[in-house]
Amino acid sequence: MSVFLLKRLSTFAATLIAASIVIFLVLEILPGNAAEIILGPEAHQDQIDALSHKLGLDRPAPERYVSWVGGLLSGDFGESYAYQTPASDVVIEALEVTVPLSVIAVIINIVLGLSAGVYAAARHNKLGDVGVMALSQLGIAIPSFWLGILLILVFAVWLGWLPAGGFPGWDDDIGDALEALILPAIALAVFQAAILARTTRSAVLEVSREDFVRTARAKGLTRRAALWRHVLRNAMIPIITIVGLQFANLFVLTIVVEPVFSLPGLGMLILHSIANRDVVVVQDVVMLLVGLVLVVNLAVDLVYAVIDPRLQARRA
Amino acid sequence: MTAAIAPGAIRRAFRHPSFAIGAGLTALLVLVALVSLIWTPYSPYEIDMAAKLAEPSGGHWFGQDQLGRDILSLAMAGAQNSIMVGVIAVGVGLTLGMILGAIATAEGGWVEELVMRFSDLTFAFPAILSAIMFTAVFGPGIVVSIIAIGIFNIPIFARVTQASAKAIWAREYTTAARAAGKSRARITIDHVLPNILSALTVQGTIQFANAILWEASLSYLGFGTQPPHPSWGRMLNDAQAHMFDAPWLAIYPGVAIMLAVLGLNLLGDGLRDLLDPRLVRSR
Repeated sequence: MSVFLLKRLSTFAATLIAASIVIFLVLEILPGNAAEIILGPEAHQDQIDALSHKLGLDRPAPERYVSWVGGLLSGDFGESYAYQTPASDVVIEALEVTVPLSVIAVIINIVLGLSAGVYAAARHNKLGDVGVMALSQLGIAIPSFWLGILLILVFAVWLGWLPAGGFPGWDDDIGDALEALILPAIALAVFQAAILARTTRSAVLEVSREDFVRTARAKGLTRRAALWRHVLRNAMIPIITIVGLQFANLFVLTIVVEPVFSLPGLGMLILHSIANRDVVVVQDVVMLLVGLVLVVNLAVDLVYAVIDPRLQARRA
Repeated sequence: MTAAIAPGAIRRAFRHPSFAIGAGLTALLVLVALVSLIWTPYSPYEIDMAAKLAEPSGGHWFGQDQLGRDILSLAMAGAQNSIMVGVIAVGVGLTLGMILGAIATAEGGWVEELVMRFSDLTFAFPAILSAIMFTAVFGPGIVVSIIAIGIFNIPIFARVTQASAKAIWAREYTTAARAAGKSRARITIDHVLPNILSALTVQGTIQFANAILWEASLSYLGFGTQPPHPSWGRMLNDAQAHMFDAPWLAIYPGVAIMLAVLGLNLLGDGLRDLLDPRLVRSR
């Protein structure tokens, strides 16, 4: 176990460092430095130089890289040019929308995907199974931003049950805030739930064919009891893996869904920051998302190793 | 491929529901794109402010947008855009990924390790995120989004190639070929690549669907195809401003994206079942 752990952790660290270098370098080749962009085309060279110096842009690139990463590790995200506030404030404000949104979406995804998958497996090759599989193909093909638009059309424009967009904040009425997140969460969750349903179905079917399930049935367990006690427990390994990876995906996909609903989350923040050429914030948010993807991958691998002892032996 | 098609194989293929529906929808997509090259009901660039946001009618089946352009014509021309993005992005990803994966497996050792770690690194950047980073640097545009999607495809194809090629290298006939004095490159070209083509075809079809989805998302966000060039994602962006006064605008481009992606995904699933009988899953 420890050899596997050590190997996996060092790969994680190396990938994280490499990713941070890539992010830094890609945004480094932006035409014109940030000071020129902030001051506009009419600015005098003296002014640009002064601001560059103030922002630390005249230091060599390696030095700036080290101070950026060091800052990230100590919670100092740098200064947002566009908002004239610490970037960490801007990012935290956005996370207050994106984190609850993703959590709600994950819950919808698990409830919908797991139940549909188990149902389809239980009705294997019958009408219910075919129906769920057909629906899941549609769910995978529907673009999440279009689903968002359709949900607004139906629930906001025609029925008037839910707000069409915007976010009232958490300070006033929590109910209003949650209401604003329901449609975006559904738009995010449907694609993932369709994939989860397919994974769950095939995992359950695969485990159902194992000898120990036949033994359990031979012992006199009903189908239902065997499903709950033996099949589902063993089918959980691939299911947990997928759910873990989906959480990272959901987070990234908020970039596409938040603009549909004008939600001031991480996705909108990165879009605005690109429009404003707010390089520091873009760097921070991209690093945050890439870091999240890597951490989730690491966590999934570790959970896998703990659950499945066969894997440990093979990898160590 | 030069392999002869077994008699009855085509008839059998079309009895496979996923393949039949997928092939049908994909053929429709290609057909619409080809027809739109020579004919659309109106020019997708023709502006008619007098008829802006006109409802669907006999003259304009799908209605007209905020500039009075014909929606049907725009949607037809949008198919060209999606196909172009898919072909180039998958072409780039498949070619480079296959080369990397094939070299990795043929050489083994540190070369393989390096290629696989490179894949891991690229995987940490989801397609949308890398596209957004490129946009921040190079400005929005169709070329930028194609490159971003293509780059994201490289590690996917490198992994598929590596995994399938490894299995081929473990076979007796590659060992025999080595014993006969064939070089690694020769064996890769003569034995490995022909045997992994079906796996790459299946993955290519699915990545094509993903590329269409990603391009539509990027164009919706304003990063992909730029106006006035017609694209489905862009049309949905325009439609959102008129959800209350012209809700039908938001329907057709979305249906077009969904059918294209659905068709390619089903085609990929069908091909997987038909090309690799060992992988036939329970259905």
